[in-house]
Amino acid sequence: MATLNDYLLASGLLFTVGFAGVLLRRNLIVIFMALELMLNAANLSLVGFSRFHTQAGLPDYNAQVLVFFIITVAAAEVAVGLAVIVALYRAKQTTHIEDLNSLKF
Amino acid sequence: MNSAPWIILFSPLVAAALIAVATQPFKKLSSYLSVAAVAISFLFSLTLFGGPDQDGSFNWIDLGVFQVRLGYLIDGFSKMMLLVVTGVGFLIHVYSIGYMHDDRGRSRYFAGLSLFMFSMLGIVLANNFIMMFIFWELVGVSSYILIGHWFDRPSAADAANKALIVNRIGDFGFMLGILMVWSASGTVMFGELSSKWSTLGLGATYATIAALMIFCGAVGKSAQFPLHVWLPDAMEGPTPVSALIHAATMVAAGVYMLARVYFLFAGSAAALTVVLWIGLITSLLAALMATQQSDIKRVLAYSTLSQLGLMVSAIGLGVPVSALFHLFTHAFFKALLFLGAGSVIHSLHNEQNMWQMGGLRRKMPLTFWTFLIGTLALSGCPPLAGFWSKDGIVAAAFAHNGFAGLVISVINFFTAFYMMRLFVVSFLGTARSEAADHAHESPPVMTVPLVLLAIPSLIAGFPPIEHIFFPNAGAEEPSIGAIAVSLAVFIGGIAAGFVLYRGKTSDPVSVPLFANRFYIDQFYSVLVKWTQDALARVAAFIDRWVIDGGIVRGLGGTTWGFGFALRFLQIGNLQAYAFLFGFGVVLLLYLILFAT
Repeated sequence: MATLNDYLLASGLLFTVGFAGVLLRRNLIVIFMALELMLNAANLSLVGFSRFHTQAGLPDYNAQVLVFFIITVAAAEVAVGLAVIVALYRAKQTTHIEDLNSLKF
Repeated sequence: MNSAPWIILFSPLVAAALIAVATQPFKKLSSYLSVAAVAISFLFSLTLFGGPDQDGSFNWIDLGVFQVRLGYLIDGFSKMMLLVVTGVGFLIHVYSIGYMHDDRGRSRYFAGLSLFMFSMLGIVLANNFIMMFIFWELVGVSSYILIGHWFDRPSAADAANKALIVNRIGDFGFMLGILMVWSASGTVMFGELSSKWSTLGLGATYATIAALMIFCGAVGKSAQFPLHVWLPDAMEGPTPVSALIHAATMVAAGVYMLARVYFLFAGSAAALTVVLWIGLITSLLAALMATQQSDIKRVLAYSTLSQLGLMVSAIGLGVPVSALFHLFTHAFFKALLFLGAGSVIHSLHNEQNMWQMGGLRRKMPLTFWTFLIGTLALSGCPPLAGFWSKDGIVAAAFAHNGFAGLVISVINFFTAFYMMRLFVVSFLGTARSEAADHAHESPPVMTVPLVLLAIPSLIAGFPPIEHIFFPNAGAEEPSIGAIAVSLAVFIGGIAAGFVLYRGKTSDPVSVPLFANRFYIDQFYSVLVKWTQDALARVAAFIDRWVIDGGIVRGLGGTTWGFGFALRFLQIGNLQAYAFLFGFGVVLLLYLILFAT
């Protein structure tokens, strides 16, 4: 039987992988995917808490509702983010992060 | 509430408004309107004079604890003042029709005169400090308008400014005094104050300071030392204005106010002493200055200063009734002297230097004789008006303070001396200029007021007449000693002036100190310049280093500095931002979870 700590560990690992991807990868699309990974890591921990924080024998559904919200927002964010990336590609013919550094002193 | 006081007060205002709005182009109509207004005021003053004392007012501003009422207080003092102001004022209005006949700004002049009458009557009628202060300031404004009537002459414009500014200094003190009185007693009504003030149990210092602050107003308006400098310069105005404002009425307002609120001073010996000595110093300095002036109007101006000083010192001696009595007689003969001087100036085509006159006795007989009456009345010749009123002050001085009596006698000596000098030089001898040679008597519209003013100058001082106007007078028994001293001083002064100046063509005595008015004006201009420079330097320092340097440049510089430091963080690398962001989150988590 998996415990809450197992869920949290898995969630933390996922989050770390996502954050490492954001920091280290050079392609915008991949960084974007890594961001989604971080969001889902957060979802996983919420679901874990929901499962183990029972009230009158039932899981705490508040957390699960929150997860659905996050999924919805993430979908919208992906739509906007991908559109931005497409627009950026059209303008610069690249999605490589090291070429996108014109906003600096 | 009786309507007569309101008619007296507002008829000149209505005239002024009508002239300003409607009859500006019709100069003759304007002057008649103004004269009619003051005539109405005079007639109603006569009816009030026979009537009982009364006090009426209505609420103007009501803020609970603080009430401003507008009202009138008709008692012995204000009845007398009403008659003097409207009576002398009426004659001067009539005289002005002749004197200002050729002036382009006649309508403006008469509107100013009417506005002045309104303000002055407001002071006389006022039954509380606030109303008095409002009209006090209005008098200042209308005197500004009248002194600066010939505003295209720079000297007249400057004199008007000077009068207003110097008066402001005194009025500021007056306002503080009113506030002190109000905060101590909670009322500004004269009637309430006079019964309440002595029972308030105020500290002696507070009462003295409040009284002296009130006195500041009189120092400004009645041109007492050290604020006397505006009055001689105010002679730049038309001569009837000098007669009306700067001899008979406006400058008397200060003395009237002091007599009105004498109860504020009665309890404070220190305040009375200050009032006495300010009056004496003014009087003595002005009398000495008058002996060396050559402008006929300036001699009269300094003489006015000197007589006002006498009235103020009478207040200081604790005899306000004597002060008002002298004010009463002085209004007649000083207005007479000014109008006489105006008549001379008019017929000599604006010549004011008395050394350019002479030999006017046969050419201007009416002016000559009335001026002689005025001179003798002012000098204190028995039995003319000035003798009686001065005698009251001299007797009080000798009774209370021998040294003050001595000073007053010296002043009276010089008064007789400089008046005789003025008279001998201007009217006797032979004509010393072309203009004087061709002088002719002024028209009746100017000489009739002279005659009418000469009558009260002759008789207004007699005790029976005094008792009509001052029913409560006679507290001081005229002492034989005081009369003897007054007579000796009068004869000495007249004789000295006559002997010294008879037949002279230039001044045989020269005292630069007196001729230059003790260098007080020069001292003031140096003082003002010095203070102004010092203030300007401090202000420039604050502006340059605190406001510009500290606040403006300081704020800008700080913002710029922060921006300069922060822009080194903008490196343009997205992942560096992400790293810093993540690092920040970790740091925050660490601080929140583990660092407590």
